[in-house]
Amino acid sequence: MLRKGLTLAAFGLALVAGPAMAATTQAELKDIHWSFEGPFGKFDQVQLQRGYKVYREVCSACHSMNLMYFRNLGQKGGPFYDPKYPNPNENPYVKSLAHDIQVGDIDQDTGDPVKRPATPADKFAAPFPNEVAAAASNGGKAPPDLSVMAKAREGGPAYIYSILTGFVTPPAGLTIPAGKYYNPYFPGDLSGSWTGSPDHVPQGGVIGMPPPLAPNKVTFDDKTPSTVANQARDVAAFLAWAAEPKMEERKQFGLGAMIYLVIFSVLLWFSYRRIWRNVAH
Amino acid sequence: MSGHSTYEPKTGFERWLDMRLPVIRMAYDTVLTFPTPKNLNYWWTFGGILSLCLGIQIVTGIILAMHYVPHVDYAFNSVERIMRDVNYGWLVRYIHATGASMFFLAVYIHICRNLYYGSYKAPREVLWILGCVIYLLMMATAFMGYVLPWGQMSFHGTVVITNLFGAIPVIGPSITTWLWGGFAVDDPTLNRFFSLHYLLPFVIAGVVVLHIWALHVPGNNNPTGVNVKSKEDTVPFHPYYTVKDGFAISVFLILFGFFVFWFPTALLSPDNSIPANPLVTPAHIVPEWYFLPFYAILRSIPNKLGGVIMMFSAIAVLFVLPWLDTSKVRSMRYRPTIRLYFFIFLLVCLVLGFCGAHEPAEQVIPGVTTFTLGDYDLNTMVWLSRVAALYYFAYFLLITPIMGLTETPLPVPESISEPVLSHPASGSAQAAAASNKG
Repeated sequence: MLRKGLTLAAFGLALVAGPAMAATTQAELKDIHWSFEGPFGKFDQVQLQRGYKVYREVCSACHSMNLMYFRNLGQKGGPFYDPKYPNPNENPYVKSLAHDIQVGDIDQDTGDPVKRPATPADKFAAPFPNEVAAAASNGGKAPPDLSVMAKAREGGPAYIYSILTGFVTPPAGLTIPAGKYYNPYFPGDLSGSWTGSPDHVPQGGVIGMPPPLAPNKVTFDDKTPSTVANQARDVAAFLAWAAEPKMEERKQFGLGAMIYLVIFSVLLWFSYRRIWRNVAH
Repeated sequence: MSGHSTYEPKTGFERWLDMRLPVIRMAYDTVLTFPTPKNLNYWWTFGGILSLCLGIQIVTGIILAMHYVPHVDYAFNSVERIMRDVNYGWLVRYIHATGASMFFLAVYIHICRNLYYGSYKAPREVLWILGCVIYLLMMATAFMGYVLPWGQMSFHGTVVITNLFGAIPVIGPSITTWLWGGFAVDDPTLNRFFSLHYLLPFVIAGVVVLHIWALHVPGNNNPTGVNVKSKEDTVPFHPYYTVKDGFAISVFLILFGFFVFWFPTALLSPDNSIPANPLVTPAHIVPEWYFLPFYAILRSIPNKLGGVIMMFSAIAVLFVLPWLDTSKVRSMRYRPTIRLYFFIFLLVCLVLGFCGAHEPAEQVIPGVTTFTLGDYDLNTMVWLSRVAALYYFAYFLLITPIMGLTETPLPVPESISEPVLSHPASGSAQAAAASNKG
């Protein structure tokens, strides 16, 4: 809540300061409820599974997740965790998900670079061999890695959701360069390409990413309607998990630690009262 | 004040050791029996809290160093590996990152308690100066620690801060190159900052020993500011203050844990989750909250060298404070006039922090354009920070010396135990006369 408040305050200031100073602006992020909010919030495992599917079938065409291993998908709290397989490397579902992906390796006999199906111990394969190649294929700028994207932007998953669902037709008077797209949630300064009143420069900026999602682009196995909003929400949840895979463990641990500290404090308070009872101070 | 030792070795081994290295005697005299004023309030518990903070930072830091890789290509990912693959690495790292903020929160309360109760005054000047040295070392350590995750804010923050030294005439650029270990912030910079970040906490620990030594010569100040007069004024440190400090530490840990477990990223910039990229500068380079007031002072001066001088002066002025304060009364409990100026000073520090978090040209009251003076728009953060910085220096250089000479303090109790006069509201002319004589 605190973070959200600070974020909103920051955006509020950015908004009011915007027109006068022609600085970076951004529309207020969409308010969306997440299962993992609050002190007891947990990730919704089925949502993470859907989110992984969206990442795998849509995002991974351009965006790497270099910090992720397939085994992460089957670890405790992960989208495909199964209590039957405490070692995620043995989880058959994770194995088969990894098997579908080809990763680069070195032939042990010849030393030649080869492709082989991934195992749970492998990293997610990056879509491009290097950053230059990624930039060259994407209008001159490499798509950012998504491993910690939910921690790397103000608003986190709400930002991701807002961007993904935020593509709108640019208002008349706004010139958008070819190969770029208008998105009010993408921080930017549009005063230079705006021909209307300088007091009403549209919020947001131009983003290099074309609208990635479309209705029914991903088939959800659990009958969840495959709308853009659902795809965006689920992939944002998946990225939130990927950025903080130990969040559930952290909150659970914190609850125990807090109960301990509160009891300890109460005991110390009574000890204090008892020890000091005969001292006027 | 502590008098001679009352320790009596009880076992043969203790007697043997006491003749050779009286460490048990020292521990007994400093921790167990040390006579401590009985009227210390909770503001006095922050010394113990700070020792704990230092301990936490050193222990968690040593564990993090086992997994961290100080190299520009691996630093960011090694921190993420700690978060993902090291057992309880997330806990250790978040305690360490949050711990830095908690350490500064506690040190600021500790410093403000000193200012309010006049603890820096004779005979505790050396104690105070050692505290200022610890504070400086803490700032250096925290700054270098923030560089290590090698995120965007780490990198560009380093560029901004190290470039400040470049403002020094003639030798500035050479100093910057020397600090960097090259001609830009790069791998050598990261490596040496890691080395120093590991070293300085132990230097701090050493100065803390001196700080406690210097505390135990005159003994604690207390909320009345009146010297301890008799044994009735004190209680042994243990169990009276071990239990009181223990309770305060436990409550402090609840606040600490609240951030570690539920808002670990609240005090971190999202930009630092983006790997450092020298070619992309973040839109707003903002230091951690505990540096913001000084950052505001730095930016309030249009000239770079002037800003650097003012920023360092803001800390340097603390060192000479014991000689700027002319008042004979220690505690502001009996100095109602300066107490008001002191509360304004606290507010001004918060205002400076607020200004430091915003762009200098940003408006303070959005949309108001009438506060202009010639070419200057006074309704901007930079002007607010100028006014605040002026008060910051005036408080130490003008208000403190002048008030001490001109104000009329309230009657000060004759002793800590004097119950009737223990509250400022119940003072009498007799006590005033008595305190003037003393």
